[in-house]
Amino acid sequence: MSLFDHSIKQLEEMLHKKEISAEDLVDASYDRIHEVDDQVKAFLTLDEEHARNQAKQLDAAPDENARLFAIPAGIKDNIVTKGLRTTCGSQFLKNFDDPLYNATVVDKLNAEKIVTVGKLNMDEFAMGSSNENSSYTPTRNPWNTDYVPGGSSGGSAASVAAGEVPFALGSDTGGSIRQPASFCGVVGMKPTYGRVSRFGLVAFASSLDQVGPITRSVEDNARILEVISGHDKMDSTSADVDVPSYTDKLTGDVKGMKIAVPKEYLAEGVAPEVKEAVMSALSVYESLGAEWEKVSLPHSKYAVAAYYLLASSEASANLARFDGVRYGVRSEKADNMMDMFTYSRSEGFGDEVKRRIMLGTFALSSGYYDAYYKKAQKVRTLIKNDFDNILKDYDVVIGPTAPTPAFKVGEKVDDPLTMYANDILTIPVNLAGVPGISVPCGFSESGLPIGLQVIGNAFDEGTVYRAAHAYEQATDHHTKRPQLGGAKS
Amino acid sequence: MADISKDEVKHVANLARLAISEEEADMFTKQLSSIIEYAEQLNELDTEHVEPTTHVLDLKNVMRKDEPKEWISKDEALRNAPDKQEGYFRVPSIME
Amino acid sequence: MNFETIIGLEVHVELKTESKIFSSSPNAFGDKPNSNINPIDLAYPGVLPVLNEEAVNYAMKAALALNCDIAANTKFDRKNYFYPDNPKAYQISQFDQPIGENGWIEIEVNGEKKRIGITRLHMEEDAGKLTHQDDGHSLVDFNRQGTPLIEIVSEPDIRTPEEAYAYLEKLKNIIQYTGVSDCKMEEGSLRCDANLSIRPIGQEEFGVKTELKNLNSFSFVQKGLEFEEKRQEQELLSGGEILQETRRYDEKTKETILMRVKEGSDDYRYFPEPDLVPLYIDDEWKERIRAEIPELPDARKQRYINEMELPEYDAAVLTSSKEMSDFFEVAVHHGADIKQASNWLMGDVLAYMNKHYMELNELALTPEALATMIKLIEDGTISSKIAKKVFAELVENGGDPEKIVKEKGLVQISDEGQLTEIITKVLDENEQSIIDYQNGKDRAIKYLVGQVMKATKGQANPPMVNKILQQEIDKR
Repeated sequence: MSLFDHSIKQLEEMLHKKEISAEDLVDASYDRIHEVDDQVKAFLTLDEEHARNQAKQLDAAPDENARLFAIPAGIKDNIVTKGLRTTCGSQFLKNFDDPLYNATVVDKLNAEKIVTVGKLNMDEFAMGSSNENSSYTPTRNPWNTDYVPGGSSGGSAASVAAGEVPFALGSDTGGSIRQPASFCGVVGMKPTYGRVSRFGLVAFASSLDQVGPITRSVEDNARILEVISGHDKMDSTSADVDVPSYTDKLTGDVKGMKIAVPKEYLAEGVAPEVKEAVMSALSVYESLGAEWEKVSLPHSKYAVAAYYLLASSEASANLARFDGVRYGVRSEKADNMMDMFTYSRSEGFGDEVKRRIMLGTFALSSGYYDAYYKKAQKVRTLIKNDFDNILKDYDVVIGPTAPTPAFKVGEKVDDPLTMYANDILTIPVNLAGVPGISVPCGFSESGLPIGLQVIGNAFDEGTVYRAAHAYEQATDHHTKRPQLGGAKS
Repeated sequence: MADISKDEVKHVANLARLAISEEEADMFTKQLSSIIEYAEQLNELDTEHVEPTTHVLDLKNVMRKDEPKEWISKDEALRNAPDKQEGYFRVPSIME
Repeated sequence: MNFETIIGLEVHVELKTESKIFSSSPNAFGDKPNSNINPIDLAYPGVLPVLNEEAVNYAMKAALALNCDIAANTKFDRKNYFYPDNPKAYQISQFDQPIGENGWIEIEVNGEKKRIGITRLHMEEDAGKLTHQDDGHSLVDFNRQGTPLIEIVSEPDIRTPEEAYAYLEKLKNIIQYTGVSDCKMEEGSLRCDANLSIRPIGQEEFGVKTELKNLNSFSFVQKGLEFEEKRQEQELLSGGEILQETRRYDEKTKETILMRVKEGSDDYRYFPEPDLVPLYIDDEWKERIRAEIPELPDARKQRYINEMELPEYDAAVLTSSKEMSDFFEVAVHHGADIKQASNWLMGDVLAYMNKHYMELNELALTPEALATMIKLIEDGTISSKIAKKVFAELVENGGDPEKIVKEKGLVQISDEGQLTEIITKVLDENEQSIIDYQNGKDRAIKYLVGQVMKATKGQANPPMVNKILQQEIDKR
């Protein structure tokens, strides 16, 4: 049994009782990384020397008030870390060794004395659903390394699933936490837009991006979100809304809870085994005393189209700063100003990033703005209204996280549209700005995890956690571990 | 209006400061055309009386006090610069 | 064919807040390159803008002073373009909901008053500064990046380069009065682009306009426009056509020179800034800012005319800059006679400034010192003539006029006995002049007064000299 089979709460108790040390935890993390990361490829950068020194210092000065004392963590590589290389999975930032500052979420975790073990692999600039768009090397699914771990937080989900770290931070713009959590059999939360500061999260689509935790259990997840949530004066879009204790909400009681199940979430395109897993999850809820009803989110089928226009438009501006002037890579061919821009960007960005930048540039360009960008913003309103209407009458919305379990590496890489369709069940949640979590709800025939998505009202992560936790505790999917390491994959 | 021509793709690439080869232009034209075609389904929806959503939260007037603060040093400012000279960032001139 | 000229002006004004518009870096001019910047100004990955409340207050104050309507609902947008001094490759600006619209200012040219409309006033951030070297490289300093700016766009109401000049002077003056900017063109805190088109008189449709950039002073704006007006006229009269061009004014050749021909309009791909939330300006906020606006130049001028009884011309000169007008007010506040203070400012002070190309605040003279000096003249301690010496000292080196007068022995001689003694001596030495005077030559008395002044180094009290001289001559 690995140390990381314990919950974070248990680890903290063991630490405070001196049954284990900070060094033991950091050792456990790096031992596992050295054992399996050749196969999983979850990490892009390790900070081993610094982490080990930090563990020694923590052991010398135990702090029972620190809520995450000595807990090893992996940070998605689009969350900036002072003095630690941050690449966003892109060649453009391969030499970005010191971002000069910490993301607010990193500062918040550091204040509770976590130990950052390294930076996690991802689709370049968070654009992708399989991690195959990492410009370094694609992360593999720990359950079967022929399969993708999902994306874009593929490294984050895989590192937790593989037992390399007890928790990781990811980011979610259209499903980038939930879908890889689903593919890797772990718990991933995308909080309400505005719940967690975006300061220091390298922007992909500013109006959709959120940072969230990926963990092995709902309880751990709630514990991390408690720490990273809250208003940040450095982020004008972070909401000044009190952060409740999410762990206090984990009562196991869902009696009388009203669950909405959108018929669009069990429609054609959703794999039968995924439907089955969700249906049996609903019967678990029934047995726990919750009620569910079919509802409709009539505009959800338009979400993918609206999302790709909006996210790409915002991205086209957000990624314009990568120009080779102040940081990152400048092309050798930069003989004049124009060439500096075009060659540095062309050499630094991969195809998917270029594709989305071009799509966004097109959607914003004169003559097309109203037809594409503004139209998509209006459709976003309709999608948000769908959720508002349902969530007025129901506590949570439940459906699958992804239409299928993980797919094989290389299977969809040449067809952007098919790849985009993967996010059809997660994207509407980002457009509506509401919170959504993915919890393991079974396995496919080929032994790959399936995720259940629980969606709640804005700023009501508490209810989402309560629902997810009750289900988790009533089942044993979350106790299963992938076979890695000694066993050949 | 679905479809994007190869010339438009080249124009857009230029606006976005991306150098693309003829081959890439062909590939992106095909891919972007199919994405844009897919996006045309939004036109099935009558949105004439729908307000666009820029911000999903109803926040307004978020401002800070006018107080200057020190943050990074001059050396740090130039730390990651690909090219610098005497405290300045250096770039190639407009024309060769 | 006779043409009519249409001129539009776009003026950028830097707001002198303590910190930048979207980051907490100091907003300062003239520091070492890249010293007043932080990761936000450098557009580091992951940073976000946070709006400086004072920048909004300042922009609103300027907009109100320029008679603009204030938008209840306003927001920021991204304007996308690549340039090394534009670190995000988008400028945060305002596109379709500027904070101010439909303003106007009144100008006066050749005694005729005219209202010039202001289409819009919007907030945005300034860019860094690019310096071109001759080695194929350019250097970038980001200190200026993020300085709050307002852009003020005029309606096409301006018909002559002279009006353009008057508009700029008035605009600058009003904004200086509000205190939101220094408006120093030489430091770049006020910058101006001008566009000009001509059309045959009677034609309603506007002609093709050309844009003038890099205009370093108001008089270059005027000269550039004058040249451009003639150039376009000649072009059209010789059968040519005007192209949409950007041109610059060359100060040496006094010509406008083609920079580039515009092909279509630039595609800036504006869209609402998702990192900043909308602004809602309610009446309470608006009225609070309005109440902070000090008396503006036109109101001040009227007060000088009505209450201080200054001639209109004097009132206009005194209020033509906030500095001058404030100087005047402080001097009067410290007891200077209104007319005297006005005369000194419009006379000796302005002459000195013009001669030495200096600004009022660069002089050692303070309004308090000027007031004291004027009082010394009034109470007879010094003569007007001596005052010129005192003034020369004050304007060069500053100091306390009373002390200067004492230390340099410039106090006026008003002692009757002492004066009688000096006058008797002068009369003894100039008997011919007495005779001349008695023979009706009035000029002789002036000569005698001169001699007395010479003997007293100008310190004799002139009215007393006249009186005693008369008495003494009559005695002889």
